[in-house]
Amino acid sequence: KRQAISLLASQTSSAPETVVTPSQPEDDFQEELVIRPLHSGDIYASFQFRTVWDTDFMGGKKVSHYRLFPKSLGQVISKFSVRELHISFTQGYWRTMQWGQPFLPSPPGAELWVWFQDTVTDVDGTWKELTNVLSGIFCASLNFIDSTNTVQPSASFKPLGIGNVTDHRFLRYATLPREIVCTENLTPWKKLLPCGSKAGLAVLMKSEKLFHSSFHSQAVHIRPVCQDWQCKSTSWELRQTLNVVFDLHSSGQGKREWSLFKMFSRTLTEACPLASSSKIYIDVTDNPQQFELSPATPLLSQAVVLGDRRTYSVYDLTQQATFGSMRSLNMLLRWKSSDGDMMRPLLHGERYVAGYGLQTGEIHTLMYNHHPYRAFPVLLLDTVPWYLRLYIHTLTVTSKGKDNKPSYIHYQPSKDRVRPHLLEMLVQLPPNSVTEVTVQFERALLKWTEYTPDPNHGFYVGSSVVSALVPSVVAMDTNSTQERPLFSSFFPSKEESSYFVRIYTEPLLVNLPTPDFSMPYNVICLTCTVVAVGYGSLYNLLTRTFQVEEPSPGLAKRLANIIRKMRGVPPL
Amino acid sequence: MAAPLTLLLVVAVTIRAALFRSSLADLIAERVEVVSPLNAWKRVVEGLALLDLGISPYSGDVFHETPLIIYLFHFLVDYAEITFMVSRKFVSSVLLESPRLCFRKQKYALEADRYPLDCLELIRSPKEMYYIPLKVAMFYLLNPFTILSCVAKSTCGLNNAVIALFILCTIKGSALLTHTLSLCLHHYPASFLFFLSFRLYIPVNIRRPSFWWYTLQYAFMYLGSLFVIICLSFFLLGTWDFLPSVYGFILSVPDLTPNIGLFWYFFAEMFEHFRLFFLCVFQINVFFYTIPLSIKLKEHPVFLIFMQLAVISIFKSYPTVGDIALYLAFLPVWSHLYRFLRNVFLVSCVLLACSALFPVLWHLWIYAGSANSNFYYAITLLFNVAQILLVSDYFYAYLRREYHLTHGLYLKRKDGSEATLVLK
Repeated sequence: KRQAISLLASQTSSAPETVVTPSQPEDDFQEELVIRPLHSGDIYASFQFRTVWDTDFMGGKKVSHYRLFPKSLGQVISKFSVRELHISFTQGYWRTMQWGQPFLPSPPGAELWVWFQDTVTDVDGTWKELTNVLSGIFCASLNFIDSTNTVQPSASFKPLGIGNVTDHRFLRYATLPREIVCTENLTPWKKLLPCGSKAGLAVLMKSEKLFHSSFHSQAVHIRPVCQDWQCKSTSWELRQTLNVVFDLHSSGQGKREWSLFKMFSRTLTEACPLASSSKIYIDVTDNPQQFELSPATPLLSQAVVLGDRRTYSVYDLTQQATFGSMRSLNMLLRWKSSDGDMMRPLLHGERYVAGYGLQTGEIHTLMYNHHPYRAFPVLLLDTVPWYLRLYIHTLTVTSKGKDNKPSYIHYQPSKDRVRPHLLEMLVQLPPNSVTEVTVQFERALLKWTEYTPDPNHGFYVGSSVVSALVPSVVAMDTNSTQERPLFSSFFPSKEESSYFVRIYTEPLLVNLPTPDFSMPYNVICLTCTVVAVGYGSLYNLLTRTFQVEEPSPGLAKRLANIIRKMRGVPPL
Repeated sequence: MAAPLTLLLVVAVTIRAALFRSSLADLIAERVEVVSPLNAWKRVVEGLALLDLGISPYSGDVFHETPLIIYLFHFLVDYAEITFMVSRKFVSSVLLESPRLCFRKQKYALEADRYPLDCLELIRSPKEMYYIPLKVAMFYLLNPFTILSCVAKSTCGLNNAVIALFILCTIKGSALLTHTLSLCLHHYPASFLFFLSFRLYIPVNIRRPSFWWYTLQYAFMYLGSLFVIICLSFFLLGTWDFLPSVYGFILSVPDLTPNIGLFWYFFAEMFEHFRLFFLCVFQINVFFYTIPLSIKLKEHPVFLIFMQLAVISIFKSYPTVGDIALYLAFLPVWSHLYRFLRNVFLVSCVLLACSALFPVLWHLWIYAGSANSNFYYAITLLFNVAQILLVSDYFYAYLRREYHLTHGLYLKRKDGSEATLVLK
């Protein structure tokens, strides 16, 4: 804060007397960390960094003075006329049944979905440029996103920010399930933060511990939000989130004893000076046997998140008292395993490939509705690459053994080497049931240059996306402008009785039949030989006629004939 | 004649009905030797399902049939099995008619006295020829390839029916029907058959005005029927999407699903730089033999049809066993050539062995994982070599018989010893 004040002071003092400097648009930075002990003994840590800036990227004036908002992302927004951008990099798969619902869901690999402004004329060209630029910013191979893995969903992925344009021509969604996340992706992501990794919560993000986990996901979300409840003007919000789940057993002792140092091999010494709020929330709702949290904190907070009212112990890092006499904060959580069940997530999805052999197969998607008496509709989005040829007439949706016809189906068939299959369905899930969606496919043989260098590893099929408004037991908070912890305000709630949930199923790994890669010359030669055999026989028969064969004379006679011809004498 | 034919039909229908009802029907419908991306029944059903969903079947890459098939099956999809069986019977009855007709013409040739006396044994007696139509029908109906193709409900059967009708009309000399039919077909026959029927019954004499008049009439009829069929196809869906999806697909071979032909592995292993070149070469190879064959065989139209059918079935981009069955059905018509065939034993052994090995090596590659694609490819090569040998053997025998008919059967050299005939 002192640094911020001195910065402002130097700015005003350097301005010349005759020109009045225009007031800088206000920007605000908040950071928080939520730690939730999981029922299985693992621990879930979720970082959120939120920058809100009242500026207009789309207006005529070019934005040139960046303070808290990262310049690279600001330039991306203005150059490509982006309305909303959501990108996530995930390593691992979120196990909903063991860990509950995440605050921010993400599929394994890389996922990018973007809403463009309606002023963009060539969305596909802009998309291609955008993916290449983002690939450079995040050091990820997003340049593999092309028309063969990009789709235009027609109902899922509605804008999360404000804005009333819902023409899905301006939406693009792509996923790269094969993408691996590593330190190279974490470093540029950390650089986007105002304090970098020098101060505040970001000092905890050290890659040797973060990647030694069961689940790691980092994401960037950019969207326009309302400044106040009247919503007369909008400001741009940038949220950077990092979710990580540390495994109980791989961390060492196997005891349910976690501390900041054990998780991140660092402790906290100060908040980020540029942050207006810097908090740590520890979820103490479950309160199993002998739950111990030290150092103790007097602050408690309640929040309704994911249909549940949870209680959190809060550590406010902007207060010096939090750090105690050692000037460093290292909280310790300790608990014993309890027999109680955790609250079962109401919506859960699974997916697998059935069948054997390399010719055909079947994709099965299972959606579980664990609500005891309420049915609700879900929107299922499936993107299948073109080389798995789906047969939509084999699509069956069954719940509790009976046929369940979807009320809305949008299917876009694939075109070889141009675009993938897109299947979107609105399915009503009966209460306390499993709904199974099956569709058959056929595996294609590709050209030998289209296989990856490790073709027998298989080909990845991106996760299915299940989006739903799940009925909530607890009344959700619909007032969007009240001060709320960041983790509860990401998905806006429009009504009190339900909350928005997005589930990603497992990605699939499918083997395709392969040709022999060592054989191009041999194949060309052999096939051309067969064609030549055909050509040769037919040529002979077409151009030659039958004649009675005169036996050819012996060698001696032939020589004699040559000599006789030279002499001018008739031959033998 | 009627009794054996009825018995034959009953047996054929029984076999097909039994296989339709058994669990083998699904298995056969999936086999790549029997169905191809062009004529698989699963894809027809998929196309109709897409139409029901309100999407054009040609917007994806699954459906590659002409819109006329959509017209047909929109109403007949529930009666699919009966449709295919009926088309089989139709083909066989048409094939029955054609040899009978062409033998009537040959009978007149018999009357002619221009053959040397010792060739009498080369000429078939009416009694032999009496049973040939029945043999043709039997060869077609009881051929395992045909049975498999019918049980798989591959639209190859419908194509064969149209080709057979075309042949019948050509022999009868009815030009208009000929053209209309040739255009219903969506691939190679469409173009060669035009040439074929043209050459058939008119002497080519450039100076005579009636020749040009006939050419004009013929061209006009051909273009007219082409126009009608294309417009019909357009009005079904209101788009021209079907042109690249059907004809573009056949010519550019984007789908590399294994089959019994030569294209799939060749283009799977082709260097990208040369792909277009070899595609053109292979496609030209199919049409290339039309003109030389029609020049050489201008007095023998039925054999010309047989040769063309055979060449197309071997060198087309997505062949199946149904295409082979059609030209194999013609073999009893040339049964008199048996004495001049040189490779019968070899060819029949290779064909039988390859037919047995196809499913074995497919299973080893796709299901067991203990073989790779080269095994299946090798059998493909061998199968095609055997077919080429068969066809060229019959061609050789036919030409040799013609030579003997004009020069006598027992040839003697100048010095009186037995002569040998060679191609020079």
